[in-house]
Amino acid sequence: MKTADTEHRTPGGTDRRRPVLEIKGLNKAFGSNKVLNDFNLTMYHGEIVVVMGRSGSGKSVMVKCLVGLMKPDSGEISILGRDMINISSGELDELRADIGFLFQGSALYDSMTVRQNLEFPLRHRKERKELTENMEEVVTTALDQVGLAHTLDLMPEELSGGMKRRVALARALILKPELMIYDEPTSGLDPITSKEIIQLMKHIQQTHNTSSMVITHDVDCARVIADRIVLLINGRNYAQGSYEDLAASEDEEIKAFFKT
Amino acid sequence: MIYSIQKRFEDFFLFTAELSLFAMRYFREAFRRPFEINELLRQCYNVGNRSLPLVALTGFIIGLVLTLQTRPTLQEFGAVSWMPSMVSISIVREIGPVIVALICAGRVASGLGAEIGSMRVTEQIDAMEVSGTNPFKYLVVTRITATTLMLPMLVILGDTLGLYGSYIVENTKGDVSFMLFFNQVFDALEYQDIVPATLKTFLFGFAIGLVGTFAGYTCKKGTAGVGRAANSAVVIASLLIFIIDFMAVVITDLFYEL
Repeated sequence: MKTADTEHRTPGGTDRRRPVLEIKGLNKAFGSNKVLNDFNLTMYHGEIVVVMGRSGSGKSVMVKCLVGLMKPDSGEISILGRDMINISSGELDELRADIGFLFQGSALYDSMTVRQNLEFPLRHRKERKELTENMEEVVTTALDQVGLAHTLDLMPEELSGGMKRRVALARALILKPELMIYDEPTSGLDPITSKEIIQLMKHIQQTHNTSSMVITHDVDCARVIADRIVLLINGRNYAQGSYEDLAASEDEEIKAFFKT
Repeated sequence: MIYSIQKRFEDFFLFTAELSLFAMRYFREAFRRPFEINELLRQCYNVGNRSLPLVALTGFIIGLVLTLQTRPTLQEFGAVSWMPSMVSISIVREIGPVIVALICAGRVASGLGAEIGSMRVTEQIDAMEVSGTNPFKYLVVTRITATTLMLPMLVILGDTLGLYGSYIVENTKGDVSFMLFFNQVFDALEYQDIVPATLKTFLFGFAIGLVGTFAGYTCKKGTAGVGRAANSAVVIASLLIFIIDFMAVVITDLFYEL
């Protein structure tokens, strides 16, 4: 097990590679409640990092800061080499095309069909002509990847929870992002559907050659998917390492996660 | 007690400031590219076409009732022939715009508050933002513009059907012909009746869209917040309609006195 901010080697023996995400000294407080407290993390290309923590430990706040939905009080965030804190709104929109985000509740647009949901991120994306010019094909292919090509003209209300999550995944992937962020991808799903989603995430990681950050408190999900697990406790990067390292730890705080 | 009153004042000024900033943001974003034309047309359809039956029926009934209620009094003074003039001025200047605006505040503002509020609590607005779409432009600008453009049309329709309802009563009870009734209606109406009344309906539409989208966009505290957003949208929009109406009447009077 490695503690926070130590030198990192990804499992499989690969040395440091191109960093896709660097977080340095991130702080965020709501009144007197300090949610993120000097949080640091570096993620490398092709890596799957699982961030685990209890409810209210600051996981969701951290990802919201990553995608620009929330401004941190202080700290630095660099995604794909670009500073996320001091970025213009136009540049932020451009950068967001390289970040796929799967929301906890899927967040499909209620008033749109599945097809329109998938087409939505492609609108006004002039810099991605290869995608916008073949929208029909791109949408069908994305849905095909998640095994839901037959749902094109259905409304979100006609889909099950697992199907919604898969459509949301297809939507997140439609711009072919370099970095995928999954916020509680298996929450609210039955164990079988959860396994399907996890397999799908692994498959996507291999076929799309993306880097992934997975926010979860599902230990099974972390065990199956993680190259590296980061434990977020009291807003800090408490510990990080492979599943086996952390599961074998004698630290009480870490044991609380893995020995249940 | 004093603390409670002070808190209410603070909340009121805070709310007014936030609503004003929201309105300013609308004007800033409305004229910037990209324009969401398709969504604007869809919202015009939602606001206009779907409110049409309700507005038409209400306008027609108001014309009927107003004439039925006023007729005996006018008859007492031997002034039934003034009925078309009286009804037309009442409906076109005041009753038509205000009633249609109140109906739309109930139907449209609450709908906007609930729709955008539920999108907020289910993270759909965040999803739009993350996908690189400006949700303010897509959701707020289009809806405020749609209500601003559609309300005057709905008011014109409501006024027309109100006058037609009045004509039906007059025709049944007093055997007044269609031509005679509407000749008297148009003789009684002047530009100073029609123009300010129409202009204020744009403001009513803007207020309805602004309050509805503001309530939804700033909705907090889960699903309970959605209910509160819909409710406050109706109450505040209705109140704003009366305030705008009062101010419009005062300004019109000042303008024509000069």
